[in-house]
Amino acid sequence: MFYREAGDFSTTYPQDSQTFPIKFDRYRYYVVLAVAVLVMPFVMTDYLVNSIFLPFLIYAIAAIGLNILTGYCGQVSLGTGGFMAVGAYACYKLMTAFPDVNIFFHVILAGGITAMVGTLFGLPSLRIKGFYLAVATLAAQFFLVWLFNKVSWFYNYSASGQINAPERTVFGIEVTGPNTEAWATYLFCLVFTVGAAILARNLTRGSVGREWMAIRDMDIAAEIIGVNPLRAKLTAFAVSSFFVGVSGALFFAVYLGAVEVGEVFGITKSFLVLFMIIIGGLGSIFGSFAGAAFLVVLPVVLKIVGVDLLGWPTDIVAHFQLVIVGGLIIMFLILEPHGLAQLWRVAKEKLRLWPFPH
Amino acid sequence: MKYKLGTYAVAAMMAASPVMADLVFPSLSYRTGPYAAGGIPFADGYADYFTLLNERDGGIGGVETRVLECETGYNTEKGVECYEATKGEGSLVYQPLSTGITYQLIPKTTADGIPMHTMGYGRTSAANGQVFSHTFNYPANYWNGASGAINYLMSQGDIAGKKIALVYHNSAYGKEPIRTLEELSEKHGFELMLVAVDHPGQEQKSQWLQIRRERPDNVIMYGWGVMNQVAIQEAANIRYPMENFIGIWWSGSENDVLPAGDAANGYKALTFHGVGSDFPIFDDIQKYVVDAGKAAGAGDQIGTVLYNRGLYAAMLAAEAAKTAQEIHGTAEITPAMMRDGMEALEITEAKMTELGLPGFGPSFNVSCENHGGPGLIGMTQWDASAGTWSLISDFSETDMEVIQPLIDEDSASYASENNIEAGC
Repeated sequence: MFYREAGDFSTTYPQDSQTFPIKFDRYRYYVVLAVAVLVMPFVMTDYLVNSIFLPFLIYAIAAIGLNILTGYCGQVSLGTGGFMAVGAYACYKLMTAFPDVNIFFHVILAGGITAMVGTLFGLPSLRIKGFYLAVATLAAQFFLVWLFNKVSWFYNYSASGQINAPERTVFGIEVTGPNTEAWATYLFCLVFTVGAAILARNLTRGSVGREWMAIRDMDIAAEIIGVNPLRAKLTAFAVSSFFVGVSGALFFAVYLGAVEVGEVFGITKSFLVLFMIIIGGLGSIFGSFAGAAFLVVLPVVLKIVGVDLLGWPTDIVAHFQLVIVGGLIIMFLILEPHGLAQLWRVAKEKLRLWPFPH
Repeated sequence: MKYKLGTYAVAAMMAASPVMADLVFPSLSYRTGPYAAGGIPFADGYADYFTLLNERDGGIGGVETRVLECETGYNTEKGVECYEATKGEGSLVYQPLSTGITYQLIPKTTADGIPMHTMGYGRTSAANGQVFSHTFNYPANYWNGASGAINYLMSQGDIAGKKIALVYHNSAYGKEPIRTLEELSEKHGFELMLVAVDHPGQEQKSQWLQIRRERPDNVIMYGWGVMNQVAIQEAANIRYPMENFIGIWWSGSENDVLPAGDAANGYKALTFHGVGSDFPIFDDIQKYVVDAGKAAGAGDQIGTVLYNRGLYAAMLAAEAAKTAQEIHGTAEITPAMMRDGMEALEITEAKMTELGLPGFGPSFNVSCENHGGPGLIGMTQWDASAGTWSLISDFSETDMEVIQPLIDEDSASYASENNIEAGC
C-alpha cells in the first residue's frame, strides 16, 4: 500500500535504466539527500560530528571501496587499513609539499596514489585466490604500516613519527585543523561520500561492474565468455583502493587531525571495515552505508545506554560491546549472509504486497 | 540513512541531562585492551583521590568534585569521542594517559580553551608554555627521563665507550627519547643502539635475540602495557643482568615485574614521585574511601606504583583548582580559570605534608614560560622476594643543557606549522 509501483510507467529507455526506477524509491532518495545537505548542517554539533557523522561518512567510503573488491569482484582483502594509511600519508605529503593547492584536490590525488599502490598489491590476485589472496593482502597491510613507521620521509622526519594535518581551507572556510566548524567538516565529507556512492553505483551497474560480478561468480566461466580477468581484477583493485585511499585521507586530515600509523591504521581497521560490509551486505552500495552506520552508531548507543543511563562501569560496557559485535557477526553470517541490505530488500518486497500478501 | 533519527534522539538525551554545579574532572581511562594493566590502577587512584576530597573535605573549596569516566581503550578515535562527549559538561582538565590521544587533543583543547595535563607523557616540548598555552606536563617529561637514566648510569661509573640499548614501543611515545639519547651519546661518548618493538609487543623474541648477540652494557626501556611484562620475561630468559636494565616510569609497576617472578629481582625503573603506601594519606583513603565502600574499580590497587601516580595526578589537579579558586575569588571555576590555576601552581614540601604526602614528590613552581616543572628524576628498584619497589636514589636534576634546546627547537617547529605566535 505504502510502497508500490502501480501506475509507475517508464516510457523511455533512460527512465527504465535509472538508478531508482521506482518513483517512491527515487523520492525517498531525494528527501534523504535534501535533509543531509539542507537540514543536517544546521543542527550539527561538535559532539555529533566527531562521534557519529564524520566516522560514518568516512567509513562509508571505505566500505564502498572494500565492497567493490570483495562484494562485487569476490577478491577477499585484509589490507584496507594499510591502503587507508597510504591515502592518509599521501594526503599529508601533498598537503605539506603543495600548501597552495586546494585540499579537495589533495584528497582526490591521495586516492589516485592509493589506486596505484592497490593495483600493485592486486597483481598476485591473478595467480592466487580465496584464503591465499587474503593472506597476500594481509602482508600488504603489515608491510605498509611498517613502511610508514620506518621511513621517516613519510612523516617529514618529525621526532615522534606522527603526522599532523595543517590548517587548510575550501572557499575560505577551514576544513582541517583544530579550529574547524562542525558543519564545514560534515559538508566536506558529505560531498565525497555522495560522490563516491554515485560513482560506485554507476560503475557497478555498467559493463565494468558486470565483469567484476562475472569474475566473482565463477572466474573460469567468465574467462570463457570473454571477460578479461587481468583487466577485471586489476580495475577492481584500482577502483576499490581509490575509494579506500580517499577515506584514509579524510580520516587523517578532517576527522583525526593527527595520526600514528600503527595505532590508527592497524589490522583492526581492516577487520572493522570488513565487518561493516559483512553486516551491511556484500555486493550492495546501500549495505556499505548501513554497515558503516551500524558499527559507528552501535558503540556510541551502547555507551550512552550503559554508562550514562544505567550507570554501569565503563569497562563492563566496553567488554559488552565486543560480545555484542561478535555475536552480531556470527548471527548475520548464519541467519542473513547478505546483511542489512537483504533485510531492507525483504522489507520492501513485503511492503509491496501489504496488506494483501497473497 | 535511517539511523539519523536515532541519533537525534541520542542528541536530545545528551542535551537534556542536567548541568550540575560541581567541579568536573574527566578521566579518559582504559580498563580494557592490551594497556588495561596500566590504565586500571591509574584510573582508580585518580578517582579515589577525588572521592576522598568529597567525603573528607566536602570537595574543593566547598564545591563537590565529579569524576567523569570515559573508556578509551588507549584508542585515539575513542579518545576523541570521549573528549567531545565530556567537554560540554564543564570539564576542567583532561588527562588522557596516552601520548597518541594527547597529540589529538593538543590542538583541540587549545581551540576550546580547556587545559590538559600530561604528567610524564605526551608531547615533551609542551614544556614550553609560550607555544603550548593549554598543555602542561609538569613535573617531569620523557626527555628528563632519558637524561635521568644516563645520569644515574654515570653516577655508577664511567659510561664512555659503553653500549646502551633503547628498547622502545614503536609509536610516538617510544620514539620521544631517541633525539635526546642521541645528543647525550655524542656528549658522553657512549654508543646507542635502537631496538623497536611494535604495538602491542607480545612478541619480542627477535629483539632480545639481537640484544643477546650485541651484548649492550645497559638496556633502557620505553614500554607500556603488555610489552613491559614480555620484555622483562625475555630479558630473564636470555639471563640479561636485571640491575643493568632500566625502565622509564611507565615500565616500572608491579604488573610489569610480577609475571617474571624471582627472575625480575633487581630490575630498575625511573620515577618522579614516591612509591609504596607508607604515607599518611593512605590512612584517610582507607577510612573515607575503602571502608565506606566507595573505592573505584576492584579496590585492589591501592599503594601500587600506578595507583600512586593516579593519586598524584589527581592531587596536582586538585591543588591547581584550589589555586584557581584563590586567584579568581570564586569557588565555581571554569576551564579558563583552571588554566590560570595550573600556570600559577606552587607545590611546596609544607603543602605536601599538609596533604598527607610528605616527600612524595619534588617541590616545584609552574610558570607561563615553563609548563614542564623541574624534571627531577629518582630511581626505584624491584625487590622480588619482598614484592616491593624502593627508592634507591634522590630526586636529582637532569641535563637541561641538552634538553632545553631540543624543547625550544621542537616547540618552534610546532609554532611555525600552526601559525602560533610564541609569547606569554
